[in-house]
Amino acid sequence: MNNILQKITSFLVVLVLPALVIFATVHFGNKRGIPEKFEYQNRADIEKKVDHAEFEILQQEFKRPQDLTAACLSCHNKRDDELMASAHWRWERETTLPNGRGTVTIGKKNLINNFCASAESNNGSCMRCHIGYDWKDKTFDFEDPTNLDCLVCHDNTNTYKKRKGGAGMPATAENATAEFPVPDYNYVAQNVGKPLKENCGFCHFHGGGGNNVKHGDLEEAMLNCSRYVDVHMAKAGQDMSCNDCHLTERHNITGRAYSVSSENNNRAYCESCHTDTPHNDKVIDMHNHKVACQTCHIPVYAKVNPTVMYWDWSVAGRTDENGNKITEYDANHKYSYLSIKGKFVWDDNVKPDYMWFNGTADHFLYGDTISEIPVKINTLMGSYEDRDSKIWPVKIHRGKQPFDVETKEIVNVNVFAEKPGQGAFWEDLRWDTAIQIGMEYVGRYYSGQHDFVSTEMFWPLNHQVSPKEYTLQCADCHTRSEDGRLANLAGFYLPGRDYAKGVDYTGFAIIIISLLGVIVHSIMRIVARKH
Amino acid sequence: MEKIKVFSRFERFWHWTQMATVILLTITGFEIHGNYTLFGFEASVRLHNAAAITFIILGIITIFWLIVTGQYKNFIPTTEKFKEQLQYYTSGIFKGAAHPTKKSFGNKLNPLQRVIYLGLLILIFPVQTITGLLYMYYHYPQNPIDANGLWFAVITHTFGAFLMVAFVIVHVYMTTTGHRLSTNIKAMISGYEEEPAEEHKTDNQPA
Repeated sequence: MNNILQKITSFLVVLVLPALVIFATVHFGNKRGIPEKFEYQNRADIEKKVDHAEFEILQQEFKRPQDLTAACLSCHNKRDDELMASAHWRWERETTLPNGRGTVTIGKKNLINNFCASAESNNGSCMRCHIGYDWKDKTFDFEDPTNLDCLVCHDNTNTYKKRKGGAGMPATAENATAEFPVPDYNYVAQNVGKPLKENCGFCHFHGGGGNNVKHGDLEEAMLNCSRYVDVHMAKAGQDMSCNDCHLTERHNITGRAYSVSSENNNRAYCESCHTDTPHNDKVIDMHNHKVACQTCHIPVYAKVNPTVMYWDWSVAGRTDENGNKITEYDANHKYSYLSIKGKFVWDDNVKPDYMWFNGTADHFLYGDTISEIPVKINTLMGSYEDRDSKIWPVKIHRGKQPFDVETKEIVNVNVFAEKPGQGAFWEDLRWDTAIQIGMEYVGRYYSGQHDFVSTEMFWPLNHQVSPKEYTLQCADCHTRSEDGRLANLAGFYLPGRDYAKGVDYTGFAIIIISLLGVIVHSIMRIVARKH
Repeated sequence: MEKIKVFSRFERFWHWTQMATVILLTITGFEIHGNYTLFGFEASVRLHNAAAITFIILGIITIFWLIVTGQYKNFIPTTEKFKEQLQYYTSGIFKGAAHPTKKSFGNKLNPLQRVIYLGLLILIFPVQTITGLLYMYYHYPQNPIDANGLWFAVITHTFGAFLMVAFVIVHVYMTTTGHRLSTNIKAMISGYEEEPAEEHKTDNQPA
């Protein structure tokens, strides 16, 4: 009896209880948190629209768009003050650069990029995306509120378009074309509202001279896309507009593009809606300490249309035997060579590069001299050691662009002109005049000797967020494979990727020695027993 | 033959639960380390973290038990018969010599085991626990003390894991060095060890 009891007890303490403990461990350990669902109502669905058609002032005949702006401001007074202080208007702002480089006034207006190099002196083309009318040269009056273009952002009819090469002016009776007719100002003015995707996209999709050239994660396809392309903006999904994330108070729009921004403020965050523990799962949520949401949730960019990855100005200017400008196309029917712009490499469904980023960025300014090649046109600040840094997916745009051989400065280039013969590169394909004019416009010295230098620009990715089924999985980063997403991000220990060779070799040696010792010892015992 | 009670119910529960936990930790740990793919990285991390919690809870309960029952004394090293025990494993065992020490409830570990297990208890286990917790929760290794990243914690943890595997290999083998091949394992199951009576101890020893 006693014996049986002992056996039962042994069975319990040796097998049943430990098995229960392990079962519970595996059961609870394997549980993955279920994200909490929340309902979001698009701002456009909540906010009631005023019927602007009822206002008499908008029923008058508008000869100039500036007159329409005056009509807008007659009711919406003080809004011009907000706008005229904004970077959308000034194309520059006072900002403090990292690395103790001091306070500067920079922006789209006076920063260098490695697409079309610089905006100034190319106003006709570049300033088409200014929220004003006719910034065609330095005489533009930034203090005149009627120069504000309300419609480009608030047109809800999708019929208002600024003319190509018009420095922000819509077509007039003299220069109207089928593509860019004179806008029906009454129709547009009577149908204004909060900006739609189309309004923001008109400029933000087309930077660099074409759809998706610059950002890689902002393009026309997002106006009507599937959830796979963008889980927020999908027509069949939440169908959110830009302002749903880029919250805007009094014309101050949150969000930063680090091609032109430097400071870690006024940003739009995923966490604003999703909180910083959205997965409801500790292991995954803890990644947010060091990994931006975007890293896992934007596994690829340029999901629909390709984006430019490489732009080489050094080979621009080639013509056919008759001296005509040429265009060559790649297999995807995107231009791979343009006489006026050089060589292009496009790519779609691109895997991002990954970098530490803390929300501040440095910029290569007018007057900065080249000290490293490739030149970093902008530098995303951050490191593993920096508490504010997270791993961020980035589009790196590489290229070659002209610099002054003597001063080692990157030069401004005048590419745009209304007509040939004025020295602009796109018209005359001459570097000497194009650089001369560009540098003169901004008041910089040019030695007359140019060459081309490799440059890089870094664009943190934020858009084209994938549905959860397509996010990165653990082993995409936590792997020893050279194809691992973070294979090249050095300077910290990543579980599953990193190991110390010395420790592993020593460890395996200890295990092998133990095994050998055990084997030798047991053989000796067997041999001894036989004797 | 006499039956001597060596292991209590709790000790046996402790031992086998710890065994299972350590196996789980080892298998998942080396997958996380990148040596192979078995459960998948995510499952391994979840299992490893859960097993770590089980291991820590079991450790706390065990420490409490060892203290209140006084059984911790089994782990206090002794020089008595240390040499004899070493000689037994290196030569006596091949000649059919008798075990130099005798097990009992109050003296369940021989002098060599005492040193090894104490090392396990005060070095490997706490080091693995602390480095493991750092690994799991110390995500800003610059604050407040600059630990220069997780390298130190992780390397220590990995090295501890290798030592643990080596321990398990030798430990499992040593279970066969009892009176019979299965004597020690049986003792860890039933709690009782069958040992030859004192006066016959040099007879019928297995090689």
